[in-house]
Amino acid sequence: MEGWRFFKKTLMLVVKGSTGYYLWCAFLLAVIAVGVTFYREQLDAGLIVTNMKNQVSWGLYIGNFTYLVGVAAAAVLLVIPAYIYHFDPIKEIVVLGELFAASAIVMAVMFVLADLGRPDRFWHIMPFVGILSFPQSLLAWDVIVLNGYLALNTLVPIYILVKSYYGKEPNKKFVIPLILLSIPWAVSIHTVTAFLYNGLSARPFWNASILAPRFLASAFCSGPAIIIIIFQIIRKVAGMKVKNEALFKIAELIAYAMFINLFLLGAELFKEYYSATIHLAPLEYLYQGLNGHHALVPWIWTAFAFNVAAFLIFLIPRTRRRLVTLNIGCALMIVGVWIEKGMGFVVPGFVPDPLGEIYEYLPNATEAAISLGIWAAGLLIFTLFMRVAIPIQRGDFMHSKYDELAQSHRMQSRHAPVPPPRPGF
Amino acid sequence: MPDNRPTRRNFLKTLSAGTLGGLVFAATGCKREVLDEFLQKHFREMTDEEKKQVIRRLEKSYREKYGLDFKVGTTEAVPNTLWGYGLDLSRCIGCRRCMHACVQENNNSRAKPQLQWIRVLRLKKGNLINLEQSEHYYNPETVPEPGFIYMPVQCQQCENPPCVKVCPVQATWKEPDGIITVDYNWCIGCRYCIAACPYKGRVFNWAEPTISREEWNTDVHYLGNRPRMKNVVEKCTFCVQRARIGRYPACVEACPTGSRKFGNLLDPSSEIRYIIENKRVFRLKEDFNTEPKFYYFFSI
Repeated sequence: MEGWRFFKKTLMLVVKGSTGYYLWCAFLLAVIAVGVTFYREQLDAGLIVTNMKNQVSWGLYIGNFTYLVGVAAAAVLLVIPAYIYHFDPIKEIVVLGELFAASAIVMAVMFVLADLGRPDRFWHIMPFVGILSFPQSLLAWDVIVLNGYLALNTLVPIYILVKSYYGKEPNKKFVIPLILLSIPWAVSIHTVTAFLYNGLSARPFWNASILAPRFLASAFCSGPAIIIIIFQIIRKVAGMKVKNEALFKIAELIAYAMFINLFLLGAELFKEYYSATIHLAPLEYLYQGLNGHHALVPWIWTAFAFNVAAFLIFLIPRTRRRLVTLNIGCALMIVGVWIEKGMGFVVPGFVPDPLGEIYEYLPNATEAAISLGIWAAGLLIFTLFMRVAIPIQRGDFMHSKYDELAQSHRMQSRHAPVPPPRPGF
Repeated sequence: MPDNRPTRRNFLKTLSAGTLGGLVFAATGCKREVLDEFLQKHFREMTDEEKKQVIRRLEKSYREKYGLDFKVGTTEAVPNTLWGYGLDLSRCIGCRRCMHACVQENNNSRAKPQLQWIRVLRLKKGNLINLEQSEHYYNPETVPEPGFIYMPVQCQQCENPPCVKVCPVQATWKEPDGIITVDYNWCIGCRYCIAACPYKGRVFNWAEPTISREEWNTDVHYLGNRPRMKNVVEKCTFCVQRARIGRYPACVEACPTGSRKFGNLLDPSSEIRYIIENKRVFRLKEDFNTEPKFYYFFSI
């Protein structure tokens, strides 16, 4: 009965909204619809409708997947200061950050499904039902850690939100261990995703031990950069209290992460260029072009310029602490890391291929449409999460209020005191 | 290898697969065959009776789809056999007849794209290991061309295969006779194996294979040249359908210069053993520890 009432009320929250909210959802649904149309065509004809070939057998989908796993892992950046150091301004927004991580994981999984040739055989990879080749295949590890992370990042925030809906303190004995667990787990999802590539001796570009640390460093740039922007939107649109201080703190952490990322990139460039073995070829293809093939060169230099510019913006306190420059820095970093870790990472792994052939891959309209559809689906999921989570966090959507309302009807009293908003956990 | 005792794992599997199938069946109301195909087990987990049923269903569906009577074999590996391959780089003239014979024998998609399991590289003389200097699409009037040597590459049937290691669903494995095979009905099309192979030994059916009616080879093996479907991976199997009944792979038969040798590595009197013992052989990318059973050598 109780659960049903809660469900009905959340449904109301999600269904009713302002014109702007309806327009935003309609826009996302339209983008999703376009993506679905293209995806049905891909299911029908096969992956031939993409620009992937035997030479470059993963492309935009897997690039996006890699990027989004990093974004999801970055939620841990909010969890650490919030729970361990009790840094209050971040504490208030950490639940939202975790829900953002959950949405990112859903997107990442959708990208894998979009790339999968036989989604109809999905059950083959399910443990117990099918055959999950654990611990041999790193893809099996990824299935496990991603699903675990998704479960953690939905369970914890939903538990905390439901508790605050009923005006109760969360049971710390239950929730704190889960929160602490989510920290190494975040590191693990991105490490496993890095190992997925890292373990392939056939691909020298990926077969570098620096890969996992670099993945983590760049993830801690792009993920929090997205979060800074999203929190400002939430603050404006939904009136959620997010202190500037919290945003600046995140920006400072981003600056350190970007420094490590650039340093590791330098280490990689030095090793490959100074030793200049035949394994230099993929890096050459990426940064200079190889035998007259230059498709990725403008992209990677754009990424490099964006990342360095964003690093400087976040490093200098004056630019970091002004919202305009902060947002420019975030935008640069989101795009910069997306290029570096998406196309700029996946494609050079295949170029030149193991027998020395060069195929220049760039995604086509089908891949772009399906990818945009997935991004829209993720944003829609996050929006709906926010529709429920924000009123709870603000203290507007509470069980007690509902009860009081019911009681006041009975007692004909309209002056029941409204409880003060609860601080976030 | 199949263990038919009712273990808990098997029970759980049957139960969940049954539920899953039931749901799909109810949802689509589709034909019995479609359901059977959807629920088909991994080839290595099937009992002999189940294999027979699957083969019957496949032959029926091929008849309906292509109007031809296919004979789908499941011949098992011959005991005490480990297939090995020899390729004489001194003799190969780069004519690509092996590649064409392979496509025909193995029912590979003919166009858009044509899938080839053998790739012949043209290398400048004096340059053998750096494959980045190789030319894949050489197209002269006549071969061989002066100043070049030719190096055909196909699946090297590694004893330590990286592709098998990475497959998340064990859809590809090493058979007792050393051949790496794929269960096309179990492959989920993730292409991780393609990324893992250092020899480009695998290709993907990006679309439904295109083969005209008169081009089909109807003498097929479940693990080899039977018709494939879209979005699954495929590879050289040393012509498993031939090797296991004592025939040479199609590429060996097609080679006009006798550059291609094939035999049982466990048989001391085989030609391949003679080559390994008496010629200077090498294997491609030995530094990867993949232990290929594909030996390149120079007879002259």
